Amino acid sequence: MNKTFDWEACRRDFPILDQTIHGKPLVYLDNAATSQKPLSVIEALVHYYKRDNANVHRGIHELSNRSTVAFEGARARVARFIHAPHPDEIIFTRGTTESINLLAATWGATNLKPGDVILLTEMEHHSNLVPWQMIARRTGARLAFIPVTGDDGMLDLSRLEDYLTPQVKLLSMVHISNSLGTLNPVEELCARARKMGVTTLVDGAQSAGHLPVDVQALGCDFFAFSGHKICGPTGIGVLWGRQECLEGMPPYQGGGEMILTAGYDRTEYKPAPHRFEAGTPDISGPIGLHAAMDYLDAIGRDQIWKHDQELAHHAWDQLSKLKDIRLFGPAGNSPFRAGLVSFLLKDVHAHDIVTLADQAGVALRGGHHCTQPLMHKLGVESTARASFYFYNTRAEVDQFVDVIREIQRFFGR
Amino acid sequence: MFEDVNDLYQQVILDHCRHPRNFHEIPSCSVTAQGRNPVCGDQLKLFLTLKDDRILDAAFVGSGCCISKASASLLTENVKGKTRQEATALFDQVRGLITTGQDQGDVGKLAVFAGVHKYPARVKCAILAWHALLEALKGGSAPVTTENEAS
Ligand SMILES: Cc1ncc(COP(=O)(O)O)c(C=O)c1O
Repeated sequence: MNKTFDWEACRRDFPILDQTIHGKPLVYLDNAATSQKPLSVIEALVHYYKRDNANVHRGIHELSNRSTVAFEGARARVARFIHAPHPDEIIFTRGTTESINLLAATWGATNLKPGDVILLTEMEHHSNLVPWQMIARRTGARLAFIPVTGDDGMLDLSRLEDYLTPQVKLLSMVHISNSLGTLNPVEELCARARKMGVTTLVDGAQSAGHLPVDVQALGCDFFAFSGHKICGPTGIGVLWGRQECLEGMPPYQGGGEMILTAGYDRTEYKPAPHRFEAGTPDISGPIGLHAAMDYLDAIGRDQIWKHDQELAHHAWDQLSKLKDIRLFGPAGNSPFRAGLVSFLLKDVHAHDIVTLADQAGVALRGGHHCTQPLMHKLGVESTARASFYFYNTRAEVDQFVDVIREIQRFFGR
Repeated sequence: MFEDVNDLYQQVILDHCRHPRNFHEIPSCSVTAQGRNPVCGDQLKLFLTLKDDRILDAAFVGSGCCISKASASLLTENVKGKTRQEATALFDQVRGLITTGQDQGDVGKLAVFAGVHKYPARVKCAILAWHALLEALKGGSAPVTTENEAS
């Protein structure tokens, strides 16, 4: 284990972790669904509502000034968090899902035409699939999918040129798969796409808080993520877009905050990001997210990534010693293995695994993980998943594996 | 480690989950209905053979967790020989039992589902087959889901 950071000590920053569930100490391994929040984030929210609350942008008074400074400060912080060249390229949304819907409804509606291809991968979360199905139906574009090799959860890039055809207008792909735990080579894919003049979106829901992200180095045009998966509050997310891409995009919703001047029949819109943020935004969300980003970067996302990978590697090694288990995604020691492990036990349904694990205090997730087409491709309905974060320990992984062993015994009896 | 879950995973349930009864299609059935649980992607298909107003035969196929499989299996055993009205009344009783845990009168072996209400996430699993039953009796063919079932 990494010696440079006191991983045990940081658990004290997360009061929620210190409790028992059904009489057993909580082992929270559902971080891919949502992470827990450190005190600094909770306190930032409380402070905002206790001292600074006011609407942003339109007020002259002191409180309005404070909340506007905090709100725009968070935007600048996001830009630094993902190495975006400019804060004006940061659009606040409700989360990854809304970020992708925004892009489909604005960029998609104006750039796609019949015959165009939206290239996705077979491992996309429904939030990077359904919005594209919807806009494809409206514009006459069609979807294509880069295949997944199988249980090992890698993208099959051997015939990429067959997929990256001149008809492709957009390549949208998940950075880290939430159901397989695969880290995809998005840098390479973006470079290939760029050569073909294809616009790219990276779904960073599972990556933004787990490894250092530099959108310029990734070479994508758009990057989306959710605050709640990176220690921030729910209800806040981000869409980053390259300035030249944002410039050509029509507004998303109409309303206050997004206009320069409005008349009864015509309105002139503000430039990005405000063009895409109609109405009073979530103000406390960005403020909480700011505290979360500070927290993560004080640890260092390079350290978090190492810790994630070590836990996943350990979990994989221990689980693979069990009989009658099917593991999904890259092997534990693969450099493409991110901090979560999806698995199935023979003759035990994922729901039953999760119910029993919960009785032992271990919070897992079972289901299709919003990747139903992928599940069907792999010939399963669902998997059980343990997903790790920096506050999880090796001892917790051992407890989790013990519980899985006991579950096998329970259903084997 | 799991002493406390015996109220959910009762022996009868474990038995029916490992060895589901009437687990096959009935190609010549009178009505069929599908149940889907959108949470986990599980689905099952229920087949009923009716003569006049009476259920002569019942069977199911599909994938699911222990609770949903056992529930479907016990359902098929219990509705055979019942009239539509009796089966509908049984639906009400079983649904009451699964969602509240309170005694709904004599439901025979189905009483093993009295513990499910303590596991809100699993109520949908236990009730899936029963919604499919109701749909089949209505003669409907649209898949039913338990999405709006209070849990
Ligand atoms: C890979 C991936 N993409 C998108 C999403 C959607 O994120 P949200 O529900 O926060 O909008 C998730 C979260 O479940 C995810 O794991």
